[in-house]
Amino acid sequence: MNSSIATPVIHGHSTLRTLAILLTLIVPGCQNEPPPPQPMLNWYVFDERSGAFRQAAAACSAQAAGRYQIALTPLPSDADQQREQLVRRLAAADSAIDIIGMDVIWTAEFAAAGWLLAWPDETSRHIANGRLPAAVASSRYKDRSWAVPFTSNAQLLWYRTDRIAQAPDNWQSLIGQAEAMAAPGSIQLQGQRYEGLTVFFVSLLASAGGSVLNANGELSLPDEATLTALTMMQRIATSPAVSPSLATDREDQSRLAFETGRPSFMLNYSFVWPSAHQNAPEVARHMAYSRWPAISPNQPSRVTLGGINLGIAAYGRHPQLAFEAAECLASAANQIKAAVQGGMPPTLEALYDNPEIRRHFPFADTLRDTLRDAVLRPPSPVYNDISLAISRTLHPMRNIEPTADLPRLRRAVQRALNSEGLL
Amino acid sequence: MSSHPAERRLAWLLCAPAVAAMLLVTAYPIAYALWLSLFRYDLRFPAQRSFVGLANYASVLGSEVWWKALTNTLLITVGSVGFEFILGLALALLAHKTTIGRRSVRTAILVPYAIITVVAALAWKFAFDPTTGFINALLGLQNAWLTEHWSAFMVIICSEIWKTTPFMALLLLAGLTQIPADLLKAARVDGATAWQRLRLITLPLMKPTIMVALLFRTLDAFRIFDTVYVQTRGAQDTETVSIVGYNTLIVRLNLGLGSTVSVLIFICVLLIAWLFIKGFGAPFEQRSGGPS
Repeated sequence: MNSSIATPVIHGHSTLRTLAILLTLIVPGCQNEPPPPQPMLNWYVFDERSGAFRQAAAACSAQAAGRYQIALTPLPSDADQQREQLVRRLAAADSAIDIIGMDVIWTAEFAAAGWLLAWPDETSRHIANGRLPAAVASSRYKDRSWAVPFTSNAQLLWYRTDRIAQAPDNWQSLIGQAEAMAAPGSIQLQGQRYEGLTVFFVSLLASAGGSVLNANGELSLPDEATLTALTMMQRIATSPAVSPSLATDREDQSRLAFETGRPSFMLNYSFVWPSAHQNAPEVARHMAYSRWPAISPNQPSRVTLGGINLGIAAYGRHPQLAFEAAECLASAANQIKAAVQGGMPPTLEALYDNPEIRRHFPFADTLRDTLRDAVLRPPSPVYNDISLAISRTLHPMRNIEPTADLPRLRRAVQRALNSEGLL
Repeated sequence: MSSHPAERRLAWLLCAPAVAAMLLVTAYPIAYALWLSLFRYDLRFPAQRSFVGLANYASVLGSEVWWKALTNTLLITVGSVGFEFILGLALALLAHKTTIGRRSVRTAILVPYAIITVVAALAWKFAFDPTTGFINALLGLQNAWLTEHWSAFMVIICSEIWKTTPFMALLLLAGLTQIPADLLKAARVDGATAWQRLRLITLPLMKPTIMVALLFRTLDAFRIFDTVYVQTRGAQDTETVSIVGYNTLIVRLNLGLGSTVSVLIFICVLLIAWLFIKGFGAPFEQRSGGPS
């Protein structure tokens, strides 16, 4: 009897003693640690491989001279997954996010949900100065500015000078030239069911003079332009010149295929240029660029805008400092760094004349012209649903039947606008 | 066995902590999902939250996306579990009968099951890829497997079979070891062929184990997510109900519709379990009066 009572008591003692020892170990440890010397701003942005973003964060932290420190938290490289991780945190009002590296398409959604702080009018006017108008437009929603444009992007047509004398300036001649080569996979482009397919459709639609939504955010998709775009998509996808795996190709598959040397044309972003020079110098020697092909001969192509804007999260602890830090991160010096090291085109127009950037971007003029005509993806709080509706309805491209798919597409986008049903 | 009331009470008391924990971590979320499924509630538009009754159910059940996903899921489930059972039984018999290198054989059988599903799915994806894969070279084909509906299905089902057959084999092996060796020996003496022994003695005695193995795998296969997510992301009409749930809940942040999908998946799972227990005999009832 005695022992059965005594045992737990001894156990209790030993547990208490262990706890006490642990506490004595931990408590002085806490006391020794100095208090954080300055506010820490967390910058959530995709994992940039070259280190340009990290250097920008370090440079701005140094420039702040102790008022704040920027810590970079990398997100996945896939834009869909970046968004998934961010929206989960933002929907839960996570105070650990200060600055968000936002894809240009998230502005409306994040702003409408109340996850961002609007920029003061004066700062936003000053920021818009000298930046590409399309990039500035992508950071605005409901007449307010929600982000500072940092990097930009748009697709170009890349081709092989050893096989092509003059770059085709419209789709008809591009397909004609590619089919004449009688090699499958001569044209590399993106056809998987994902954001890239929506981008492709929006570019074709804008080149044909149409848009998904009108200025009031209502369904547009005009008959003539949409039919032209759909017919062209179907024509491209059923051409013997495209890759047989078009229905699962994304940007990187196109790049890898082009670097094998077999394809003659590729529609892709400018990251393919440094990549080819590094991985396939033989291919890079014969690589040239031109604007995205047009649909009608007398109307230049309009290509979808990409890139990153920096927004300020609504739940951060130091919003004023975050505005300041974001402006610093998107400054000319850091845009040069991002362009030269990371291959991301700047949003400040003047930088396209910067000799250092021109050395890395020999295509700077073509790219700037493309970006000046660039088109935005529909700026809507339900953009993500709209994009899903588009890529679902139009995948795989080879099965598109323009007249039958036009009403299907209109219905799907309308349902997405009403946030109805499953997608 | 436990007919004394005192013993029964003790049994309940001993179970109580586990029951409480289960209620806390499963019953609450399930009830909350049921509750959410009655609302129009999108995290992107929190102000528009409103009670809509069963409208979400009408919306999901009236959508072709749901029915297509359900058909796909059932197809994957039946296809993979069927093959897994046959292969698993063969492997279990092999592992049971092996006399030399018994441990090595059993370990080798288990290797695929030890590989993380995402890794296995990626490996199969790369193997079937026309540029990086070896399958086309091996078969002398030029197929882009994951770009067509049926071939994508085949790759997904094959990955599933490869990955989870070991689990089936392991469960069936446990059942095999319980069959008294004397019975088989006696049958052999009486002149029963190997096929007769398998069909008339081994399989009937293994029935409870087989039912448990099939039920586990069916429920597991019905919730398939990772393989499809990695290999096609639901493209080529390979979407499963879990992918639909994920897209609605995580990507679109539509808590109302997403919870509705989750609740419907839960109901499907209950239906499958009920069918197994009621329809195919009852392996979970207490085996009373066994000669053990």
